[in-house]
Amino acid sequence: MILDLNKFITQGRVIWSELEDILVRIEQDPDLKLDMEQLERFHYLYQRTCADLARLADFSARQEIRTYLESLVARSFSLIHKPLRSPENFKIFTWFFSGFPSTFRKHMTAFWISAAILMAGTLFGASAIALDSQAKPALMPFSHLMQDPAQRVAKEEAAQKDKIAGKKSSFASYLISNNTRVAFFALSLGITWGVGTVLVVFSNGVYLGATIADYILAGQTRFLLGWLLPHGSIELPAIILAAQAGFILAGALIGPVRNKTRQRALSLKYRLRNISSDLFTLMGGVCLMLIWAGFIEAFLSQYHEPAISYTTKILFGTTQLMVLFIFLFFSGRTKPESDKGRQIP
Amino acid sequence: MTAHTTNTLTITTPEGIMFPMILAGPVTRFAAWIIDWMCIMALLSFIGPIIGLLGMISPDFSSAVYGLIYFFLSFAYSILTEGFWNGQTLGKRLLHLRVMDIQGLHLSLSQVVIRNLLRAIDGLPALYMVGGISCVITPYSQRTGDLAANTIVVRSPRLNRPELTRILSGKFNSFKAFPHLCARLRQKVSPDLANLVLDARLRRNTLESAARIQVFHQLADHFKSLVLFPETATLGLSDEQYMRNILEILFNDDKTLSQKKTP
Repeated sequence: MILDLNKFITQGRVIWSELEDILVRIEQDPDLKLDMEQLERFHYLYQRTCADLARLADFSARQEIRTYLESLVARSFSLIHKPLRSPENFKIFTWFFSGFPSTFRKHMTAFWISAAILMAGTLFGASAIALDSQAKPALMPFSHLMQDPAQRVAKEEAAQKDKIAGKKSSFASYLISNNTRVAFFALSLGITWGVGTVLVVFSNGVYLGATIADYILAGQTRFLLGWLLPHGSIELPAIILAAQAGFILAGALIGPVRNKTRQRALSLKYRLRNISSDLFTLMGGVCLMLIWAGFIEAFLSQYHEPAISYTTKILFGTTQLMVLFIFLFFSGRTKPESDKGRQIP
Repeated sequence: MTAHTTNTLTITTPEGIMFPMILAGPVTRFAAWIIDWMCIMALLSFIGPIIGLLGMISPDFSSAVYGLIYFFLSFAYSILTEGFWNGQTLGKRLLHLRVMDIQGLHLSLSQVVIRNLLRAIDGLPALYMVGGISCVITPYSQRTGDLAANTIVVRSPRLNRPELTRILSGKFNSFKAFPHLCARLRQKVSPDLANLVLDARLRRNTLESAARIQVFHQLADHFKSLVLFPETATLGLSDEQYMRNILEILFNDDKTLSQKKTP
């Protein structure tokens, strides 16, 4: 059938123009708040435009009109169908003390996989150094770790002046940027079905294991603990958590996952949608942990005896690790009674 | 939701309405990224001297702040602009691009963050090569960040409001004296053919004189074979005027209006 186009446009133009004006206002000012009456009008205009577009499906009409109406419907659709959890409901303290640890606990399998791979890398690096001390240049790409541990400890302890004086802040800034970049890589490489994340975590484990074995074999265990624990007790878990996020992404890609309630496989699109806020939460927490670790590494870890005793540093690092453990495993837990109260009968 | 061509994605709303979204290709997206990169550089060169003033108090602190701001901006620029500008950075806004949810829904902050964190991969090894290749090989032109975040980048050009009154009204139409022939014409003409005539009319100014005469002559011949109006109605009409009358009958059915006007 052929539509009376002139009449169609004349009647519809008022509605379309009003809808377009509202869209332009919202798009130019994303913080614009419409009151209930305006929202109802917006929704009405959207429905009217949808109806006009539906009419065009049965009639012959100009492509320009169809494209124009489709553009109005597309723009309105994305504004009307907002996610339930909007940024206005975001509370940073609730997110940090409840959302972040809860999300961590929600994906424990990914966490244990990540920790196991780091551990495997650490064991590999440590064994390699224990079996062949000449393997250091191949396993540790950091020049400052090439020297003999005993010599380094003697040099650090004999140092009269602060070697990073006047550079501490920029060193912290460098560490934060670098470690955060590694964390982003660990997450991003989840897109390779987790293969890239495995490589990142395993290689970091190898560097760590090789360093640990090198210092222990040289009899410098106290120095090693005093040096690594203050920042490592946060930095390493942060990298494990970033890899956990990478494995969550990989898991969603690999699927299919059975939905426990509906007992049917979710499509890739839904699996990815389900994890996006969890990845965001985990990575937000990881960034905060790495900022803290960067400052600790620059302002505390680089100072050794006699400036600060190893016992103090080890105690600090151990306490920090325990607090982190308690935080991640217990913070934000809700009581079962309160959950029962919310159940719909 | 289906991709009916290589560069569009069709969304079906819960109301059963379908609308296509034109997907942005890798070249346009790269151009938008260049603009954004220039914005970041401009912003840094503006902030740099201000941060440099902190160097009078502590050069170390000044350099730390600059380093952190550089790192923050390189990731946060896109997150903040896309998050608060409905999926548009400055580059995307200038080139009429927009990041959208793959189902046409409103973009959530977590989607924006995820797609931008994965720039770490898309930017490898240089100049967004991984992202570019991914855009070329994926059905909806998505880079890996888009795949992980369930997002697409669409072209959203500003469209003009439809206006046809200038073409369809204001001229005497001798064919209207024969309503039974007009009705027969409407019955015989398919919607596609009607659109073809309207297209020819709208594009007449873009055609050269000889081509225009030929196009309208062929159209008139075809329509004469469908319905033949009496000579009294067609006398002295050029092919183009003939087709204008046909067009008005097809698209501007004022029968109901004229009936309403009749007391």
